[in-house]
Amino acid sequence: MTTQRDTLIIAGREFNSRLMVGTGKYASFQQMVQALEVSGAEIITVAVRRVNISDRNKESLLDHIDLKKYTLLPNTAGCYTADDAVRTCRLAREAGLSDFVKLEVLGDEKTLFPDNEELLKAAKILIAEGFTVLPYCSDDVTVCRKLEDLGCAAVMPLGAPIGSGLGIRNPYNIKIILENIKVPVIVDAGVGCASDAAIAMELGCDGVLMNTAIAGAQDPIAMAEAMKLGVRAGRLSYKAGRIARKLYANASSPIEGLLG
Amino acid sequence: MQIIVNGEPADIREGSTVAELLEHLRIGRDRVAVEVGLEIVPKASYDSHTLSEGDRIEIVHFVGGGENRAGL
Repeated sequence: MTTQRDTLIIAGREFNSRLMVGTGKYASFQQMVQALEVSGAEIITVAVRRVNISDRNKESLLDHIDLKKYTLLPNTAGCYTADDAVRTCRLAREAGLSDFVKLEVLGDEKTLFPDNEELLKAAKILIAEGFTVLPYCSDDVTVCRKLEDLGCAAVMPLGAPIGSGLGIRNPYNIKIILENIKVPVIVDAGVGCASDAAIAMELGCDGVLMNTAIAGAQDPIAMAEAMKLGVRAGRLSYKAGRIARKLYANASSPIEGLLG
Repeated sequence: MQIIVNGEPADIREGSTVAELLEHLRIGRDRVAVEVGLEIVPKASYDSHTLSEGDRIEIVHFVGGGENRAGL
């Protein structure tokens, strides 16, 4: 499988990397550009915000991003109602001329957990308007199924609260989602280190999306590489098929021919 | 005439278009989206869409992000 193609397909588009990364919280644009490069990610998330009218000398994110290399995934971070999220997606499509959106509708500021009711409402409107919707949602198979039924191109359950770095807190919920959902399942939020990313992939997830784990690391460039390898290792390990867990030892050296 | 751009009052020439406002603010039209009174103005209409006194205009673009930050 190392030589075979193992691409991720979202809404008919093919991607070689299963790691998606955010572009926020970096110390500088230079650091961000380098981290993106090293991560090998092809899909990067961006936020939609007001242009700074009073200081036009500020650099713009897209001056630093090679749009031939990356697919932009605008998000609706900071939106707490379906209306706000839909409005943000429409603006994102106009600014970026792409239908891909990472839909998130938040429930409260402390946990940043999704408001699934508003999320479903927004997803329905956006899909009717032709958007390719990738929703950030709870690790709940029922909401994932509803999102899939509405026509979402993927589901993106959280591993743990956004930016918490707690890892995959409920692998069994993720496993249940994987067994019941046909569209790609991408763990979004909660990953703290490369082994967390590997665990998500070993469960069978189609991809992992992260921002803080890389941008907030002491050495974001090194962590970007660690995450690339973690996702790759986890994917290979999943595809390779692990051995069964057993309570007792099972010798790996032959018993025959032991010295009498 | 007075308009509100990204929450701030601004003074522009009577009958200005969206294109003229962007030019006035030195904002390239390619990578932004413009809303006038909650309605998106398509790029193709920037030259023809005339602004009126009191219009509330939002000009947005992409910034670094991946997770929650304050909304619009």
